[in-house]
Amino acid sequence: MTLNALNISIKDITKKYDDFHALKDINLEVTSGEFLTLLGPSGSGKTTLLMVLAGFTSPDYGSVKFGDEEVVLKPPHLRDIGMVFQNYALFPHMNVEQNIGYPQKLRGVSTQLLKDTVNEALATVKLDGLGHRNVGELSGGQKQRVALARAIVFKPKILLMDEPLSALDKKLREEMQIELRHLHDSLNMTTVYVTHDQKEALTMSDRIAVINHGSLMQLGTPNEIYNSPNNAFIADFIGESSLITVSVKDNKAYLKKSEIFVNHSVEKNGDHLLVVRPEKLFISEEKEKDTNLFFGHVSESIFQGESQLLVLRLDPEVFGEQSLQMRIANGSDLKGKIPAVGDKISIGLRMSDSFIVEKSDDSQ
Amino acid sequence: MGFECQIVLLWKNLMTLSSEHINEASLRRLNRQERYKLFGLTLPYLVLVTALIIIPIGWLFYMSFIGRDGTLSLENYTRMIDSKAYMRIFITTFKISILTTLICAMLGYPLTYFMSQLPKKWAGLCMIGVLIPFWTSLLVRTYAWLVLLQKKGIVNTILVDLELISAPIKFVHNTSGTLIGMAHIMLPFLILPLYANMRTIDKDCIRAAASLGATPSRAFWTVFFPLSIPGLLAGLLIVFVLCLGFYVTPAILGGGRVIMVAMKISSNIELYFSWGAASALGVVLLLFTLLILFLASKLVSMDQISGRN
Repeated sequence: MTLNALNISIKDITKKYDDFHALKDINLEVTSGEFLTLLGPSGSGKTTLLMVLAGFTSPDYGSVKFGDEEVVLKPPHLRDIGMVFQNYALFPHMNVEQNIGYPQKLRGVSTQLLKDTVNEALATVKLDGLGHRNVGELSGGQKQRVALARAIVFKPKILLMDEPLSALDKKLREEMQIELRHLHDSLNMTTVYVTHDQKEALTMSDRIAVINHGSLMQLGTPNEIYNSPNNAFIADFIGESSLITVSVKDNKAYLKKSEIFVNHSVEKNGDHLLVVRPEKLFISEEKEKDTNLFFGHVSESIFQGESQLLVLRLDPEVFGEQSLQMRIANGSDLKGKIPAVGDKISIGLRMSDSFIVEKSDDSQ
Repeated sequence: MGFECQIVLLWKNLMTLSSEHINEASLRRLNRQERYKLFGLTLPYLVLVTALIIIPIGWLFYMSFIGRDGTLSLENYTRMIDSKAYMRIFITTFKISILTTLICAMLGYPLTYFMSQLPKKWAGLCMIGVLIPFWTSLLVRTYAWLVLLQKKGIVNTILVDLELISAPIKFVHNTSGTLIGMAHIMLPFLILPLYANMRTIDKDCIRAAASLGATPSRAFWTVFFPLSIPGLLAGLLIVFVLCLGFYVTPAILGGGRVIMVAMKISSNIELYFSWGAASALGVVLLLFTLLILFLASKLVSMDQISGRN
């Protein structure tokens, strides 16, 4: 399939429900062919934004353009978008083939083309031969594939997906994430994907738009979002992290008395949060160059299969009442030397992995 | 594995072969007791059904085969076939029932659709509007229509005052009065199962249809309407079956000009003391109803008719 994907530009989109700001001046450019994820907790406004793109919710003001065309005043059925819903929204009175053929029938394509495109879509989602099945006979994963086939059969230039994998079990969900991503790459559609699952967002996206309280908090590649979140909410929401309160004075960060080295410049004085990713900590006997060193004792040690999660209570005299989570991969060189509860250990965090963010109301 | 362990294992295997599994008998007894308790709960109803329905219907069957002279005969049934009057009554009954059902569908479907699209809070208020008349006495409502629709009633007065008509229209004591009254009384029976059905239709299905390119009316006819058919059929069936045996409203608003089966049964007993003829009519009506229910059950599942989905 060769398609010309369309870019989407969102300007000043605002939607209020009484006193509740569902969306606040959202500005966002989705480049053509991009896989962009709207990520946020429930009630953050991410689904509302998707519904604005689809045309099911009209904003109070703002502009949505598909390519050069303003669509905010267009009803959904004229927007020519493929959409996949959270609970599939398959038509229960039609079989698989009829479901997938529905948009083609509306477009009045010839019987032969209808048949060909439906078969092509079925093959794309790996459901060849299941065309005559009733929708009720399908498993959750198969239903999702049918919903996807139905959304792409008419080759829309934009594909919107609203938490399409949330009803599937974990294993299937992870398989489908990869598959959806491959599908996106082969179909070359601009995809806007909504999820509350940060791992899913990191796995699938070209870029992630983190949304909270109706505002766009950060837009960036998965790597940027994970490794340099621009506020405490994102640091807390994406991945695992221990957030440690540090104070900034004279462009330096301090945890109680000891200086914490960070990988960026700090200007604003006052309390900040040090974001410590559990997998970036390592056991370190002595202070190395460009490394922050912490010590304390192990208060919990939990076996989690692929890794061991340790909770460290830092020495209160040096660091104050603080604890850090640390993750050690099982099967690493440390095997057999995993510290036990009560052990005194010292751990390092490289300066390049250390960063602080401003405190916000959303974290802690 | 040590020798002793093997002995113990062997012993355990022998035990399970020779006797039942742990607690098997007690658990089976518990299950049985549970079933008896459930049966006990249904017992009063079973007794009632037997005493008030099964036995009387059996008696009805028996009486329908008793002729005027008190002997067994088929005269009650042959009269029904031979007499043109009886045929007319059956035709009237079916005509009125079909028309009432159609009127209910045409009034009820749009209203129910509207209610199903409202937020739950507003739909609840509308539902109260449907249910209050439903809970009001049938007789009261029928006489109310008589008052409203008569020659010098409110409806005719308004129509004449507005000069829409020159002389009062005869609304009551005829078929139109019967239809107006019956449709009003039957409407909730159509709305209730239809509403239950429409509420279960996934709104995302309609949205999906729109996103796939369907205009609102196309989405309605290709998705919403087909999905509402089970509820609609259930409602139509309930209304139709209730109409077949309806008595009060056609008797009052028909003014003796619209004679349905139930009224003939009543007059057979009250005027002619002919229990046999009345019973035979009752039997035929019952058989028709059962036949219709049977045919309908081929179309919709009985669960939907009883309002579940």
